[in-house]
Amino acid sequence: MILEVEHLKVQFPTRRGTLTAVDDVSFSIAPGEVLGVVGESGAGKSITGMAVIGLLDPPGRIAAGEVRLEGRRIDNLPHEELRRIRGRRIGVIFQDPLTSLNPLYTIGQQLEETILTHLDVSPRAARERALSLLREVGIPAPEARYGNYPHHFSGGMRQRVVIALALAAEPRLLIADEPTTALDVSIQAQIIALLKRLAAERGAAVMLITHDMGVIAETAHRVAVMYAGRLAEIGPVREVIHAPRHPYTVGLMGSIPRISSEQKHLVQIDGAMPRLNAIPPGCAFNPRCPRRFARCIVERPDLLNAGTSRAACWLHASA
Amino acid sequence: MIAAALTLICVGAAMFSPWLAPQDPFDAAALDLNAAFKPPAWIEGGERAYPLGTDNQGRDILSTIMHGARISLGVGLASVFLALILGVTLGLLSGYLGGRLDALIMRVADVQLSFPAILIALLIDGVARVALPTERHDDIAIPVLVLAIGFAGWVHYARTVRGSTMVEREKEYVQAARVIGRRPLAIMLSHVLPNVMGPVLVLATINIATAIITEATLSFLGVGVPATRPSLGTLIRVGNEFLYSGEWWITVFPGAALVILVLSVNLLGDWLRDALNPRLR
Amino acid sequence: MHLLKLESVSRDFDVSRPWLNRVLEGEPRRLLRAVDRVSFEVTKGETLALVGESGCGKSTVARLIVGLHAASEGQVEFRGRRMQMIFQDPYASLNPRWRVRRIIEEPMMFLEKKRDAGDLLRQVGLSPDDAERYPHEFSGGQRQRISIARALAGEPDLLICDEPTSALDVSVQAQILNLMADLQDRLGLTYVFISHNLAVVSLVADRVGVMYFGRLVELASAAELFRRPRHPYTRMLLDAVPDLQMSGKARTPVAGEVPNPLAPPSGCAFHPRCPHANERCRVEAPKFLDHVACHAVEEGRI
Repeated sequence: MILEVEHLKVQFPTRRGTLTAVDDVSFSIAPGEVLGVVGESGAGKSITGMAVIGLLDPPGRIAAGEVRLEGRRIDNLPHEELRRIRGRRIGVIFQDPLTSLNPLYTIGQQLEETILTHLDVSPRAARERALSLLREVGIPAPEARYGNYPHHFSGGMRQRVVIALALAAEPRLLIADEPTTALDVSIQAQIIALLKRLAAERGAAVMLITHDMGVIAETAHRVAVMYAGRLAEIGPVREVIHAPRHPYTVGLMGSIPRISSEQKHLVQIDGAMPRLNAIPPGCAFNPRCPRRFARCIVERPDLLNAGTSRAACWLHASA
Repeated sequence: MIAAALTLICVGAAMFSPWLAPQDPFDAAALDLNAAFKPPAWIEGGERAYPLGTDNQGRDILSTIMHGARISLGVGLASVFLALILGVTLGLLSGYLGGRLDALIMRVADVQLSFPAILIALLIDGVARVALPTERHDDIAIPVLVLAIGFAGWVHYARTVRGSTMVEREKEYVQAARVIGRRPLAIMLSHVLPNVMGPVLVLATINIATAIITEATLSFLGVGVPATRPSLGTLIRVGNEFLYSGEWWITVFPGAALVILVLSVNLLGDWLRDALNPRLR
Repeated sequence: MHLLKLESVSRDFDVSRPWLNRVLEGEPRRLLRAVDRVSFEVTKGETLALVGESGCGKSTVARLIVGLHAASEGQVEFRGRRMQMIFQDPYASLNPRWRVRRIIEEPMMFLEKKRDAGDLLRQVGLSPDDAERYPHEFSGGQRQRISIARALAGEPDLLICDEPTSALDVSVQAQILNLMADLQDRLGLTYVFISHNLAVVSLVADRVGVMYFGRLVELASAAELFRRPRHPYTRMLLDAVPDLQMSGKARTPVAGEVPNPLAPPSGCAFHPRCPHANERCRVEAPKFLDHVACHAVEEGRI
């Protein structure tokens, strides 16, 4: 396992009490595997990603749980060590390519800086490596574009540069937070294919955070569905999408419009995801759940086995 | 809350000074030269009747401060109000309508900004003095002062409002209003103006302070309010001459009053901005 | 009988450098053609969708229809009485300083008979008490409902919807799309629906127009378009949509990116990326014939 997250809890102390943004989330990612973390806004998926790499905005803090990278605990490391690990072993791709790159430096400079910081190579070797990375991510004529600034590139090209930057130090773990949301559909397809190929080739583990189930279907091997800071369901992508076990996942899949279907009305989940300061007792989804019963209202469900997936739902409790 | 109360006291004292002040400092007949240079009441030699002492002509310092503050505040408020009306109007028109009108207004603003505000005020004041007969000088001194400081100050409001207007104009609620069929003037006043006024109000209250200080500076230089109806600035100037001969109270108290007045106006501005923000209600 | 008709409508934007710079450097004016000779009709009661990626001009067409921009060429003919518009960003489309009641009542200024704001709120699934609150007290989905209520207050015949659900979560989107379908059935509304999301379009549209680089490249009934797309760009677009069914079909990822609007390609705008482009495509812009603007289709090559 490259990444192991166990019982992670992230809290934000505020004037009106402590908010729990991530509540007892556990998962692991193997080499070469892509885990999709999917959920709607406010579900806590981005915060989970940020917690894993130690980039939580204060006052947010990890209140409980462990994060292990290649067997070694990283959530309790001092800042300096974590910073070194972050660049070297973990690569990050954020949503907005416009702000992920420094507009005042050429892409060549930014790539070289990252490579030289984390790898012990000569400047000339760094440049060679940077060029080959650009070629790998599909930037045409990289030598010519090496000295270009970020604003000379289109959105899709910029995101490719960002991916090159993330891979520059040969990381073992890649965290991609909504990497294709700001891109057009045709470019999105290109980027998805690129990410998949690069991860497989390098045997890196990928944590793909997104709200777009379609992207997950194309890219991920396994998927974790988050709701109100908790894991609702986790399992192989095929299972979760075609045979969801948690009523929220069922509702979610039903509300996604699809081209091939004949339906004219979408499945609708009434209400909205609860705010962090108003999470109901028991199962967080119970007020909106069409299949709830007495136990759901009082007792928060554990992640129970349901086929090859696991779902936090009392429906799957064995008698 | 405390700030608001403090401001209210200061402003109230200033505004109602003709009725509240122990003495009318401008009534030459009531002055008693024997009472000149009296120190503040708590120092040996002082009297209860003159709590903060008297100046070189026997005027009660407390009274002159109150009257002076009234004039300072009046000039400050009026000139800022003038600058506000002028600046916000031009800024709104410039930002919403764009095009050549915008270019024209901004060029005028640029030109004016290259002159220091005091210089502009001096210019307007000088022109007025030349244009009007000497007997009228004292009468129109205050309106001219208000005009001068006001005209010198519109540019900041215009710039700020223009920037905010250009941002709001692209927002979809403005476009929705256009689709509904509202006319540009109606949109500017009912939709855009409430959303750009916030920073302007804070700016305005800070500028009241600046205007008061500008007026004090001009009066200090002798070209502001006439000595017969002194403002805080005039008092500070006059009192300055006696600072080294030991009668410190003639300049220190007006100075302190100026600081307190300016401070409380600033605090009021902060409170006002928060009070008007629906998000914090 | 059509309710709305666009005849060869174009819109240019002046993106020239400032006057002084131009004069000093002897540069000509630069015009960006955001919409290029677009024509279509909309019949009463139907939903026409305009779909395309960013920069294709679909939002500009929406604004041309509604009058926020004037057409540089061509005409927009509207046979109804009133149109209203719903915008994409739920956070910017309501005036943050106005209460909901005032927001909803604004369009009624021009009507003789006023409707009840509380009634309208109920129609969109909110409570009449919400009329006294401010926009920031509502979530994104609720704000879109308020926008819809505002649009309905004007008693429109035609509703232009510019990406109304693109900024919403998937489950909220489902609620809003269902609401819009209900309202259309009940009130007999006509929609022009702008979106970049083909799946959403397949759900709501009766007819679909595909736009690329300011031009309309294909216009067909929804059933036809999704079953038998004809224009190469339409095919490419459908191919690029992530496959939720995971049927495992092989996909050819598309080459290239949208060209720079200030340096448009010659002839057909899509030819640099088109697998079927020939010499004619590089030179001559295709005309819109039989619902498609493509030489290869016209020549029977595909």
